[in-house]
Amino acid sequence: MQEANPDSSFEIVAREDFSDVTYLLEVRHPLMAKAARPGQFVIVMSHEHGERIPLTIADFDRARGTITLVIQAVGKTTREMQRNCTVGTHLYGIVGPMGEPSHIGNAKKVVCVGGGLGVAPVFPQARAHKESGAYVIGIVGFRSRDLIFWEDKFRANCDEFIICTDDGSAGIKGLVTEGIRQVLDRHGDIDELVAIGPPIMMKGCAAATRPRRIRTVVSLNPVMVDGTGMCGGCRVKVGDKVMFACVDGPDFDGHQVDFDDLMFRLQRFKPEEKLALERWQQGCRIEGRDAGRDS
Amino acid sequence: MVKKRTIRTIPQERTAIAEQPARERISNFGEVSCGYRQEEALRESERCLLCPEQPCVAGCPVGIDIPGFIHKIGEKDFRGAYDTLTDTNLLPAICGRVCPQETQCEGVCTVGDTLAPVAIGRLERWVGDMAIAEGWANVPYIEPNGFKVGIVGSGPAGMACAADMAKAGCSVTVFEAFHQPGGVLRYGIPDFRLPNEVIDAEIEKLTRLGIKFKCNTLVGRLFTIEEMVGEMGFHTVFIGTGAGYPSFMGIPGESLNGVLSANELLTRCNLMRAREFPAHDTPIELGRRVAVIGAGNTAMDAMRVCLRLGAERVYCVYRRTKAEAPARAEEIHHAEEEGIEFNWLTSPLEILDDGNRGVRGMRCQRMELGEPDASGRRRPVATPGSEFEFECDMVVFAIGTNANPILGQTSQIKLDKRGYIAADETLATSLDGVFAGGDIVTGAATVIEAMGAGRKAARAMKAYLGLRDTETIYSQAADSGEGRLFGIPPGERNYARLRVA
Repeated sequence: MQEANPDSSFEIVAREDFSDVTYLLEVRHPLMAKAARPGQFVIVMSHEHGERIPLTIADFDRARGTITLVIQAVGKTTREMQRNCTVGTHLYGIVGPMGEPSHIGNAKKVVCVGGGLGVAPVFPQARAHKESGAYVIGIVGFRSRDLIFWEDKFRANCDEFIICTDDGSAGIKGLVTEGIRQVLDRHGDIDELVAIGPPIMMKGCAAATRPRRIRTVVSLNPVMVDGTGMCGGCRVKVGDKVMFACVDGPDFDGHQVDFDDLMFRLQRFKPEEKLALERWQQGCRIEGRDAGRDS
Repeated sequence: MVKKRTIRTIPQERTAIAEQPARERISNFGEVSCGYRQEEALRESERCLLCPEQPCVAGCPVGIDIPGFIHKIGEKDFRGAYDTLTDTNLLPAICGRVCPQETQCEGVCTVGDTLAPVAIGRLERWVGDMAIAEGWANVPYIEPNGFKVGIVGSGPAGMACAADMAKAGCSVTVFEAFHQPGGVLRYGIPDFRLPNEVIDAEIEKLTRLGIKFKCNTLVGRLFTIEEMVGEMGFHTVFIGTGAGYPSFMGIPGESLNGVLSANELLTRCNLMRAREFPAHDTPIELGRRVAVIGAGNTAMDAMRVCLRLGAERVYCVYRRTKAEAPARAEEIHHAEEEGIEFNWLTSPLEILDDGNRGVRGMRCQRMELGEPDASGRRRPVATPGSEFEFECDMVVFAIGTNANPILGQTSQIKLDKRGYIAADETLATSLDGVFAGGDIVTGAATVIEAMGAGRKAARAMKAYLGLRDTETIYSQAADSGEGRLFGIPPGERNYARLRVA
């Protein structure tokens, strides 16, 4: 009756698994590839009974007409997608690009910091700053060497590139804030720092730049439903204002954001998330048993 | 020959409607009102005096020929009644359920001067439901005229505009950001008031007119309004995106977990089916004691949804009295029946933290009504020393909405001071060929007002395209006016084209 999909069927045309938990999906959506700008996100619904999850656009290829999402399997939906979203399958829904694009082009020397699930979305920002003529320093953080991905893509777009690992198995041993400290010591003329990652990491980055008053942009990813400003679930405290991350952001001034509030609000559905995941894993085990019996 | 009806000869009592008993319905999402049976509808139709003044028609935002359709019910010409209704209102099954009839048609009904007014809304719904059950649809012969029309938003304003433009022969595409069409009818109004099957049936009728629905499309971001009227080749565009952007009060404790907007609660529950969690993936927090702030239709929906999700006690907190409450009378009545506890003349001051970033209660103060304010309603004034606290674990804000900023962020379209889209009396905007109507122009209003705006914009859009509007009476005076070129009146777009040529 109704066409769920405009101009494409949201086909997954490529997939890459970076590790046990991190995977990349390249989705065909020519209009979105044309419209997307660094800093924007999409909302994905993987199946008819699924939830709507916000995911930052990690890359877009206008020639191929695709956008790229890098996903960490942490909850029920993202694990289910890890299992089901193979090349040739289709997403039930994907809408965007949402949010205000990042402001690119004013800064001459920029530090782009990505940690964990923020590594992929910071890439288009690094590339855009590079294309606009800035000197770009990339800093990415992983737990260990075997989780590293896109090193070549970053190196091709960064004038300096630093990897930090928690266990020291590659690059600097320590958090991305250690990398930032070293960069700030070497460069006195940083115009801007972009940080994308878990709230605690972005909070640390903002704290690192605050004494030097370096403009610090963070990309927030709170709980959302529609992503169009209609539900207000994503409201965040920025300075003395309450803003909706989906339409007023997702980029905000990192020195103004109340990260503690954000972190508490991210806990909102903890019990439900746990229940959904357990129930799903239970279902997978039963399915696995049945499949074993059939063969 | 029908005997002339008088106020003395018609059935004196308004025909009662069967409803699910309050005790049962609070544990299901089935419809509250069961609708008339045929004999009930026939009896109620006899109560219309068919008075010559027809105040009800003027009271209807879209001007339905109300005596006309009721007369046809009385003659058992049910299909005829449906045809009369759909001449002006494409969605009778929806409007019969959600219109605030007591302030519109029924509020001015002549019978209502002496007795209870004719139950126009219930009769409209009955005809609409019969049409769905029988599969009636009025698909006129449509001659394509080659014009492409884009509609932004698939809510009531967009649906009404799309239908009129499709009937005029335009190729119409409706864009919706959500994964299902219907707008507020789908995400906002709960099933117990407007079942999804009714929305599906009405949208199905629109697709039979050739209207295409494109979901998962965020206009403004995926492409702009300017691109629509430019390279995408839409000859005219209607914006009916609704207001969205829920308001909060700015009191302490609003960012606690367990505090949310009614929009979020309703979207999770209705569109995303959180009430069937975990079979559906979207979660919703379950409050045992829920306080809902506001007393409009959205507030009533939120309270009654919470009851059905299993809340033990649901409180309404409103700073004015029941008389000023903006909700439909029937909704307040149903909410009272279901055991909602109303706290009139109460204003929240603070939401209290349970120490774990959840809600443990709310601190409020009592109000009194003072002098009338700009809205004509008496302004609530705080009573000194009346502060009190009560226990609750979830707080829902249903105090209205602000303008959604997306189209303002992404196009040059002119906005008014409050951020809504500025439109003239024909609903034309500052962009050539772009019209707007509904909540995004007026601020939050009703479904039927939005539909009225959609139809009004459609008239202007037809004139803009140079299409003759069969509903506009081209009077002699207007026809012989000054300044015509080759017989084309200045109101039509072709006139401008000729002038330019």
